[in-house]
Amino acid sequence: MTIQQVAEILDARVLCCEDKLDTEVKTGFGADMMSDVLAYVNGQGLMLLTGLINPQVVRTSEMMDITCIVFVRGKIPEIPVIELASARGIVLLTTQHRMFGACGKLYSAGITAG
Amino acid sequence: MAAITLQYIVDGKDFVSCGRASEQVKQNLKMLAFPAEAVRRIVIAMYEGEVNMVIHANGGVADVEITETLVRVRLTDTGKGIPDIEQAMKAGFSTAGEEIRELGFGAGMGLPNMAKYSDSMVINSTVGVGTEVIMEFKLD
Repeated sequence: MTIQQVAEILDARVLCCEDKLDTEVKTGFGADMMSDVLAYVNGQGLMLLTGLINPQVVRTSEMMDITCIVFVRGKIPEIPVIELASARGIVLLTTQHRMFGACGKLYSAGITAG
Repeated sequence: MAAITLQYIVDGKDFVSCGRASEQVKQNLKMLAFPAEAVRRIVIAMYEGEVNMVIHANGGVADVEITETLVRVRLTDTGKGIPDIEQAMKAGFSTAGEEIRELGFGAGMGLPNMAKYSDSMVINSTVGVGTEVIMEFKLD
């Protein structure tokens, strides 16, 4: 599905890179530990769901070729973090859904574990 | 292709810029048209090392040597050193405090991950003096 569809499923707000909403995502990974993202994430068309909002979320995503970050529990990072993602073409979404609910909705819609 | 050598200073006080060196290496390797999977292994391992230097050693220096067949990443710091390397290599072992865990790191996966993604890894460390990690990545 596209990131646009992810945003619709999660009633999410787009924080940056609106021009990349037609990018395809196939797999997702939910974690607040970036160490685990680096240790376990594998796959293409990856999306990260996290409650962590520091710059290292963007750096980690860049390393792992993650194209979209969904901040759960209504979290919104500070402007410099949004700018960091924007410069790297990583779409940022924020949703009020909690981690379990957000992952469940996406899994039901066909996103597999990354 | 002649060997390319790159050096980066990793600022230990700046968590925001942590990862910049690995990002630049990624861009360089992509520009040199290295295979995506190799680039991925190299930058993940280097980024883990960069994070380690920032959270445990107040920064350090990253030297990267690139040839057609091999990438060598050497990370050196003058931090507190690793008293028991064997223990540090165990998945899940970490001396990181709560502050670091809140940042999303310190799960004890850094060194095991670096070993997993590299083809060889050597750690030389002296308590109170510093640590040197040398990782090599072979390119087919």
